[in-house]
Amino acid sequence: MFKNILKRKSSREIAKDRLKILLISDRVNCSPEMMEMIKNDIANVISKYMKIDTKTMEIQITKTGNKGRSLKNPMLYANIPILDLNHE
Amino acid sequence: MSEVIVVTSGKGGVGKTTTTANVGTGLAAMGKKVILIDTDIGLRNLDVVMGLENRIVYNLVDVVEGNCRIKQAIIRDKRYPTLFLLPSAQTRDKSAVNPSQMVKMISHLKDQFDYIILDCPAGIEQGFQNAIAGADRALVVTTPEVSAIRDADRIIGLLEANEIHKIDLVINRIRYDMIKRGDMMSSEDVVDILSLPLIGMVPDDENVVIATNQGEPLVGSNTLAGRAYQNICHRVLGREIPFLDLEKGISFWAKVSGIFHKS
Repeated sequence: MFKNILKRKSSREIAKDRLKILLISDRVNCSPEMMEMIKNDIANVISKYMKIDTKTMEIQITKTGNKGRSLKNPMLYANIPILDLNHE
Repeated sequence: MSEVIVVTSGKGGVGKTTTTANVGTGLAAMGKKVILIDTDIGLRNLDVVMGLENRIVYNLVDVVEGNCRIKQAIIRDKRYPTLFLLPSAQTRDKSAVNPSQMVKMISHLKDQFDYIILDCPAGIEQGFQNAIAGADRALVVTTPEVSAIRDADRIIGLLEANEIHKIDLVINRIRYDMIKRGDMMSSEDVVDILSLPLIGMVPDDENVVIATNQGEPLVGSNTLAGRAYQNICHRVLGREIPFLDLEKGISFWAKVSGIFHKS
C-alpha cells in the first residue's frame, strides 16, 4: 500500500494530462460523433486493400509544431494497425 | 495614446473584478489617467470592491440610453485624482446594451484617458461581447484549476476570433505550498497548456479578502498580492519586471511538509 502512494501520479500531473487532451477536442470544434464517422469511413476504405484492426485504430486532430495555440496547421493523425498486408 | 484593456476569464469567481480594481488603481498611482468600466449589467461589483458604492448616481445604461451625459455618470475615486469609475446598472440585464453602443462610448472616452479598463462579466454571452467590442488588448485571468483553465482556453479562442491578438495571462490564487507537494499546477504548467505570455502571478493571499472587505485595493501595499499586482501594472506599461519569488511567503511548516510530500 505504501508503495502505491509513492508510485501514484500527483494530482497536478493528472490535471495537466486531462487538460491537454480535453483542450485539443475543445479547440478543434469537431464533435466526437463526427470523428467517429470519419474513423469508420477511413476504416472502410483501407479495408478494401488490407486487413486492419478496426478495434484499436485511432484518429485524432493535432497541430504541427508546438509553438502558439492556433490550429492554423491542423493535421489528421491516424494510427491504424495492419493485421495482414496481403488481403485477398 | 490611450489603450483599452478588457479583463476577462470565462469562469466566474476567479478574480476579474479584483484584478481590474488593482491594476486600474496601480496605473493611476503611477500617474496614468484611468477609467474603470463595470460591464456586468445586473450584477455590479466593481463599485463595492473599489469602495465607491455610495457615490453612484447614474450608470452605464443611463449613458447608453441618453438619460445623462457621460460626465455625470463617471465617479472620481477617493484616493487617486486620476482614477475614475463608470459603474454598471444593477436593475437591468445584459440586453440593455449592445456592442456597437459600447464601441461608440469607448471612442468618446479615448481622448480623455490613458487607460480604459473593462471588467467583463463571466460567461460568453452578450455581456462578454459588449465588454470585448472596443478592446485593444485583453488580460485573461485564471486560477490553476482545470475548470478555470478550460474556460480560459475557450475565451482566448473567442478573443482571437474577434481580432484581439494582444492577450496576456494572469494566474490568480497560486498556492506555492500545494504546488510544492504536487497538488497544484504551477504557473509553468498553466502557461504550457494555454500558450499565452504571462503578465502576472498572484498568490492566494488572505489580504485580498481583507482589502475587499474594506473597499480598498491592495496594489502597492507590502503584501504578496499587493506586490504582485504592482508588478502587473509595470508590465502593462511595457516594463520588464522579474516575477515574485512566491516561496518567500510560505511558512516554515508548509515547507517542511512540502519536503515530505515530494517523493
